[in-house]
Amino acid sequence: MKEVVANMAGNVWKVVVNEGDQVDSGQDVVILESMKMEIPIAAEAAGSVKELKVNEGDFVNEGDVIAIIE
Amino acid sequence: MFKSVLIANRGEIARRVIKTCKRLNIRTIAVYSEADEPSLHVKEADESYLIGPARVNESYLNIDKIIEVAKESQAEAIHPGYGLLSENIDFAKRCQEEGITFIGPDSDAIDQMGSKLMARKTMENAGVPIIPGTNDPIPTAEEAKVFANQIGYPIMLKASHGGGGIGMQIVNNDEEVVKAFESNAHRAKQFFGDGTMFIEKVIENAHHVEIQLLADQHGNVLHLFDRECSIQRRHQKVIEEAPSPLLTEETRQQMADAAVKAAKAIHYKNAGTIEFLVDENQNFYFLEMNTRLQVEHPVTEEITGIDLVEQQLKVAYGEELSLKQNDLSIQGHAIEARIYAEDPKTFFPSPGTITELQLPEDVFIRHDIAIESNYQITPYYDPMIAKLIVKGDTREEAVVNLKNALNDYKVEGIKTNLPLLRDIVDIQAFKDGHTRTSFINEFILINQ
Repeated sequence: MKEVVANMAGNVWKVVVNEGDQVDSGQDVVILESMKMEIPIAAEAAGSVKELKVNEGDFVNEGDVIAIIE
Repeated sequence: MFKSVLIANRGEIARRVIKTCKRLNIRTIAVYSEADEPSLHVKEADESYLIGPARVNESYLNIDKIIEVAKESQAEAIHPGYGLLSENIDFAKRCQEEGITFIGPDSDAIDQMGSKLMARKTMENAGVPIIPGTNDPIPTAEEAKVFANQIGYPIMLKASHGGGGIGMQIVNNDEEVVKAFESNAHRAKQFFGDGTMFIEKVIENAHHVEIQLLADQHGNVLHLFDRECSIQRRHQKVIEEAPSPLLTEETRQQMADAAVKAAKAIHYKNAGTIEFLVDENQNFYFLEMNTRLQVEHPVTEEITGIDLVEQQLKVAYGEELSLKQNDLSIQGHAIEARIYAEDPKTFFPSPGTITELQLPEDVFIRHDIAIESNYQITPYYDPMIAKLIVKGDTREEAVVNLKNALNDYKVEGIKTNLPLLRDIVDIQAFKDGHTRTSFINEFILINQ
């Protein structure tokens, strides 16, 4: 089980996967938006998306868990 | 002079404009979003109006709402600051239609300079040197590849309507050009509503040097010398200074003359800046014109003693410039450091609450600042939260003053770029004035 973690604070602009999806390592899971900058957050390991911890529009802090990959 | 001015902006620049208005006994009207309710500009203006939710599209870019407030508060003029609506043609036109003075050039000038491609043509016709590149839009990635091979890599791929570093990318080979074309055209379309792309040759070892202009409605154009703004991250400026340590007196004069000539060619009015790239052989090339007050205007104010906002108000009101070119001279050296709420290594934004703020104070220090202790930095706006401006009789003295001021500058609770700024001032190339646009890549990122 791997956690996908936010590497900056910001709003969740887009969630680009669904729970149950298969993702590859390096594939974008969500796109964060903060201060006119968009940062895609990618899965660090391949697997299926077990749980999405955020919704579009949520605010996340650096270090918050965004998704769990199994 | 105007009796009332609405400031269609936020943060430090709104406070900056309010300050000059107060000195001139002009009634100030602030606007703010829900997220900015506790902001200093809201408290300092004579009147403040809520214009909508946090997102800029629903507040600071809401033309209808801002015009409504301007009418309700009987504002005679609107100062747009920088960014937001400052270079928005529709807004400038709308102000004119409503009989409210837009403090800036007329919408034609904004239009002409708003398209980088059109600006290239205009400048070429005015006799200003431009960077070798395409004079027409490049419609497809394939054609970008063909043209890139003609002028030779590396090339700069640019969105004609881009700004703030968005929609531009240096490309080194065929493989990169296709990918970069698609992604930058897409981003430019998304951000600026226009994905037109063009190509310029990369000027190697270039410095970014710009000329400050001031023009009245009676055909008078003055230059207020140059600013060196080469130290950048993500194509956005981090440290700016005046005058440029690169230019010889001869180049300084040639660039100023070219800039004045260009402004006259387009019948420019109000404050504006022409940006150039200058190589180490003193060749200079037109980059773009900013038809507004610049973030880094304080360094020019510090070396000339001129309040640029006051001059903007006067010429917008229709007054003739009372200054003459011969009245102006460079007095000492000024450097500005932009304080960003961001990670100093990755440059990722760092919103949050400022728990403690300590500012260095001295006669040679100026703060243009939007924050205070317990102030919350939201994720909705630009990460620049403050500007530290220092002066010295010489560049060496200004550099020492900057170093000391940065060491005494303390912001707690969020990440800021202060560690990066402190690193920069310790680098010999900075002390020596060898500040190319590649400075941060060359001296900072490479060592991480």
